Amino acid sequence: MALIDKHAILEKSPTLLLVASLLVVSVGGIVEIAPLFWLENTIEKVEGVRPYSPLELTGRDIYVREGCYVCHSQMIRPMRDEVERYGHYSLAAESMYDHPFQWGSKRTGPDVARVGGRYSDAWHVDHLSNPQSVVPESIMPKYAFLKETPIEPIHIEALLKTHRFVGVPYSDEQIEEAQSDFRVQADPDADYDAMLERYPGAAVANFDGQPELTEMDALISYLQVLGTMVDFSTFTPDASR
Amino acid sequence: MSNRKKDDVTGTETTGHSWDGIEELNTPLPRWWLWTLYLCIIWGIIYTIAYPAWPMVSGATKGVLGWSTRANVAAEITAHEAKNAKLVTALLGTDMEALPANADLNRYAIARGGSVFRANCSQCHGSGAAGAKGYPNLLDDDWLWGGQMADIEYTVRHGIRNEQDGDARYSQMPAFGEILEKEEIAAVVEHVVSLSSTDYDADIAAAGAAVFAGNCSACHGETGLGDRAQGAPNLADAIWLYGGDRQTLTNTVVNARFGIMPAWGPRLTEADVRAVSAYVHSLGGGE
Repeated sequence: MALIDKHAILEKSPTLLLVASLLVVSVGGIVEIAPLFWLENTIEKVEGVRPYSPLELTGRDIYVREGCYVCHSQMIRPMRDEVERYGHYSLAAESMYDHPFQWGSKRTGPDVARVGGRYSDAWHVDHLSNPQSVVPESIMPKYAFLKETPIEPIHIEALLKTHRFVGVPYSDEQIEEAQSDFRVQADPDADYDAMLERYPGAAVANFDGQPELTEMDALISYLQVLGTMVDFSTFTPDASR
Repeated sequence: MSNRKKDDVTGTETTGHSWDGIEELNTPLPRWWLWTLYLCIIWGIIYTIAYPAWPMVSGATKGVLGWSTRANVAAEITAHEAKNAKLVTALLGTDMEALPANADLNRYAIARGGSVFRANCSQCHGSGAAGAKGYPNLLDDDWLWGGQMADIEYTVRHGIRNEQDGDARYSQMPAFGEILEKEEIAAVVEHVVSLSSTDYDADIAAAGAAVFAGNCSACHGETGLGDRAQGAPNLADAIWLYGGDRQTLTNTVVNARFGIMPAWGPRLTEADVRAVSAYVHSLGGGE
């Protein structure tokens, strides 16, 4: 009981008590915070994951703005039922350029981590405009205003730069060409080869079927890339993780 | 604190603290509570040794039991596949046209196909497969690209008009808004209405018949019965994909339609493609 009896020393000296309290609290802090400095080491290297194209990134902003994450997760958990319904379980690398990530925590609607390429652009337009027109039992709200809200890439360089600031490896070239890449992706008649070189696998289409660029274009371009970056026919997951 | 005293009234030890003559009792914690706490601590230590727990520089500690979510899900899927292995092998080996004759295997394929359908196809074709505007009803016997088992399987595998699959079914109706005059379009719409309805203007429809023969019959057939080889819909059966009213028909003729179905071959397993084809074939319209 000798050591326990000595706590009177701490209790009688505020300075000593403060220092000792700080020491104890910092143990908890170090255990929780220190591993974050080596977070990069824990993400397995996966081929194919690239930063979002300017149009996709704008669509992602709309996804966040409309609070899609409140009802839709982007995280297929490693369980048989989820893998069979949604596809290969999500990898950390697939959301490494997401700031913030969109894993979500509640599924009122289905998971959308691999929704890319699953449905046609026209279906997304129909479904976002009036979900009940294609899925009568759905309780999703209507987002028809998206196709009536034109967008211009006025802040696109700043958006890319901001993402570069937090660690997304956008090159100078990608930032310089952001304006044109933004427009070209929604215009199948344009010369989009250079854009595709910068953002391999990006879907090029007039997503909303209208001549002008709208928020619908941006959002669908984002939805169509979700979960498509990693080629799972060539990827073997590290089973020990 | 070495001067431990006992309280006179309760007989419990005091802490030795005293405020204005009021002394603080040092009542011990209940034994059961204390032992529960100790057990929890011991459990915590054992757990973090046995299972992945402590974050380190390049990943968490593995734990001596070697537990892994990924290995578990892989094992679970393998175990499940092993249970169905016989049926799946039979399904992969069977000639799809002969499948309906094999009652046991067909039952399995339809059950499996049903769950594939509900997870992947119901979003467009409806959970009951009755379709929606622009997304074909799969319950009836009106097929755009053919309703035989092989036709359905091809459509599922390669899709329609998508850019991912070079073998996708493809056809494109011209947008006649740029080709025909307004009156001609109105006339041909009237003619199309006349093919499946009794409520039409005979004079305008007669004028439209000539326009139809000149522009539409190559794909839709002289009598408007369609051509499955080109995915050209039957216009005489009163079953409409986008709508059969004059307004919608005019819209279709002016702008044309270009419905896209993704290719499911790369997304689904071979067994799933076969199973979902069998399911769709079984819905009522299969030929």
